[in-house]
Amino acid sequence: METLMTITAGVLFTVGTYLILSKTLLRIIMGMSLFTHGVHIMLMAINGLKRGAAPLLGEEAESYTDPVPQALILTSIVISFSLTAFSLVLAYRTYKEHGTDDVEQLRGQEND
Amino acid sequence: MSLLHFAVLLPFLYTVFVPLFFKKLPRVHTGWFVLIVPLLLFVYFAAQFPLRSGSAPLFQSLSWIPSLGIRFDLHLDGLSMLFALIITGIGFLVIVYSIYYMSKEREALHNFYIYLLVFMGAMLGIVLSDNLMVLYVFWEATSVSSFLLIAYWFQRKRSRYGAQKAMLITVTGGFAMLLGFLMLGSAAGTFSIREIVAMKEVIVNDSLFIPAMLLVLLGAFTKSAQFPFHIWLPDAMEAPTPISAYLHSATMVKAGVYLVARMTPVFGGHMSWFWIITIIGIVTLFWGAFMAIRQFDLKALLAYSTISQLGLIMSLLGIGSLALHTNYEAQAMLFSGAILAAVFHLFNHSIFKGSLFMVVGILDHETGTRDIRKLGGLLSLMPVSFSLTIIGGLSMAGLPPFSGFLSKEMFFTGVLTAYQHIDQWVVLLPIVAWLASVFTFVYCLVFVFKTFTGTYRPERLDKKPHEAPAGMLVSPIVLATLVLVIFFFPNLISYTLLEPAMRSVLPSLLQPGEVFEVDIKPWHGFNTELFMTVGIVVMGSLLYKTYKKWSDIYYNLPRKFDFNHMYDKGLTGAERLSARVTNFYMNGFLHSYLSYIFTFVIIVVGGSFLLQRAFAIDPSTNAVIEWHEYLLAVSIAVSSGFVLFVNSRLTSIIGVGAVGYLVSLLFVIFRAPDLALTQLVVETITTALFLLCFYFLPKLKTEVVRIRVKVSNLLISIGVGTVFTLIGISAQSTNPFKPISHFFLNSYELSGARNMVNSILVDFRAFDTMLESVVLFTAGIGVYTLINLRKSRREKR
Repeated sequence: METLMTITAGVLFTVGTYLILSKTLLRIIMGMSLFTHGVHIMLMAINGLKRGAAPLLGEEAESYTDPVPQALILTSIVISFSLTAFSLVLAYRTYKEHGTDDVEQLRGQEND
Repeated sequence: MSLLHFAVLLPFLYTVFVPLFFKKLPRVHTGWFVLIVPLLLFVYFAAQFPLRSGSAPLFQSLSWIPSLGIRFDLHLDGLSMLFALIITGIGFLVIVYSIYYMSKEREALHNFYIYLLVFMGAMLGIVLSDNLMVLYVFWEATSVSSFLLIAYWFQRKRSRYGAQKAMLITVTGGFAMLLGFLMLGSAAGTFSIREIVAMKEVIVNDSLFIPAMLLVLLGAFTKSAQFPFHIWLPDAMEAPTPISAYLHSATMVKAGVYLVARMTPVFGGHMSWFWIITIIGIVTLFWGAFMAIRQFDLKALLAYSTISQLGLIMSLLGIGSLALHTNYEAQAMLFSGAILAAVFHLFNHSIFKGSLFMVVGILDHETGTRDIRKLGGLLSLMPVSFSLTIIGGLSMAGLPPFSGFLSKEMFFTGVLTAYQHIDQWVVLLPIVAWLASVFTFVYCLVFVFKTFTGTYRPERLDKKPHEAPAGMLVSPIVLATLVLVIFFFPNLISYTLLEPAMRSVLPSLLQPGEVFEVDIKPWHGFNTELFMTVGIVVMGSLLYKTYKKWSDIYYNLPRKFDFNHMYDKGLTGAERLSARVTNFYMNGFLHSYLSYIFTFVIIVVGGSFLLQRAFAIDPSTNAVIEWHEYLLAVSIAVSSGFVLFVNSRLTSIIGVGAVGYLVSLLFVIFRAPDLALTQLVVETITTALFLLCFYFLPKLKTEVVRIRVKVSNLLISIGVGTVFTLIGISAQSTNPFKPISHFFLNSYELSGARNMVNSILVDFRAFDTMLESVVLFTAGIGVYTLINLRKSRREKR
């Protein structure tokens, strides 16, 4: 299971990297989003999966899954959400201002 | 911290007060306040004088960076004493002179004196340090202060050019020297010069001996403006004249000479040390003298003359080092005479060249020019300056009754000794030395006569010349008097200054308690040296008279071999090359920069994993996989791949959204209910935002990229994916650390929460969560601002 999940994460990394390397702003943001998903899956997988109950003491189980990566990922989800939202609006604004969403055309010159 | 340490640090400490004097007491020339520093130091060093005849040198230790073996140890022996007295003595006279030379109304005097004091302290540090690393620090400090002083009139382009040139050349040499010091240090296991000298036997047999020697010499030659690194010195003449007199003739340029002398007990006695130093020295002597004749600027003439004289001292140190060679044990005392000549000439050069520079400063000050084509006939107008020039100039030419004659004769004795005891073809040495001395004589005549005799042409001068004020004349008069006194009473300094200095250069030649025999006298009978001097006068006068006929050779020198030309070409070439390299990779394309980052990750992270054999695949502890989990994994892969291949915005947004929802399903399987819930909410909002952009952003185009770029993108992506997958799998398979999660099993007792994840977020790591909220909030403000602010402003317009 862990290996399978890591490979899934690897697929997300590959696709994410490819999208990040493209020229369109929207694609770059989508790439970042996929990359984050990959990171989350991988963080879970590294720790070992399905070892015990959900980390809720009310379950009164023998063992619980590790709560630490979950707390980390929860933080990460929120942060990456902020990032995605901001990037999207930035892309929107950039398009409004410059009339293009192609990062190659957006590069500034040193002497500008 | 001893008094000796304080002496070195005093100039540095005093710099703090200089701006105060300049700002608060603008009526009094700042120089008067600075004057006390060299005076105090001179008195202090002079009071240490009973160094003569075998008394132990002063040694003071202070720990600085003990873990690296770097100690701020100071060591005052004969050689250091000679230099310390020159530094503080000439420093005192130069400051007196500068008080009249530098206008207190127009110049930024506080800068001037701060740089000067920093230089003085650094120079004292060089000649007193026993530790090579400390010596290096002070060495570079003199380069920096020299840079600042050359560029003192930084409004002038030539000043900036000269300062940069001096800096680049001396600092490059300094780096080489540092490398040499590190090699010496590793060979000897210590950075202390005294200990290195004591371990000479070990070092000589070390494989780093020759590389260390070459690198140290590179440092010495660049600093002392030896051929072919001499080109920085003439350009350094853009500095104010007191600085040229102090740094660029009397002290700083002699740091290289000092280093060679200081290192002679270590490297001396090795044939390559002798050959390199002697040949470079003699070539410098010749080339400097030859080039000095063609100069029109008096300061440039003196600069070339300084180069030439430094070459003379260098070559003497080279010859003298043979006294330590095992093959020449019988002639050791003869060769040691060359070392005596070197230290003696070093002293003489400091006094006569100092006075000559000061006279040039006076001429510049009083006539407004230093160009000998404009000057002439000043004899009757400036009689005192004329007398001073005669004394300095003829001492430089090596004529009696001036002190330069004595050391020049000793120089000839040195080269003749080398010729007699080494090999037949070494006869070149005295011949080149003699030729160089002829040229020296010619430029001395040029200096004296072109300036003071001939026709007086006031229309070419900016000012009406008259004799300088007394204050400006004091310092050169003191120095010129010394020139005369030393000629008539050379033994005033022979056992007090010269012999102890000689003893520190050649310590192993003497038994404890012994001293070198030093008897300097002007008359040795009719010997070869005297005939050489007579020949110089005859030949030199002839050449001076016929200068017009042979001066053409200067203009036919091939430009290709001009070292200045090479330096300029090299510099612009290096600038262009670095600009090209930088523009090559900093091309402004986001795509390139991201590619570098990803490639770096693949190569460095993946590579170091490979090299460390850290990849480990051990699936034995894996949990079992159910069929629906396979289905989820495949769906995630398919939906993400889907995004790659479609060009419709809507479809790709749906693809990204699908991945998000599928991941939240995974979280359910992973027993992470909180994550699943959060992910669901966040994914919904994100998709909504994407759709908003879908509405506003243009349609996705099929990206037209070259197939090469496409392939490289693909390779990078696959590389990143593979490296991360492998790292992830390896991380699962090895567990170097024990998990800390059992602590949170007590979350109910500790924080009253049954949900461990929640208690971590809001209790154990509450600050993280708070800051996370700040991030969210900031992003929210950013989103709001970006959407609204510009619109409203535009509407107002």
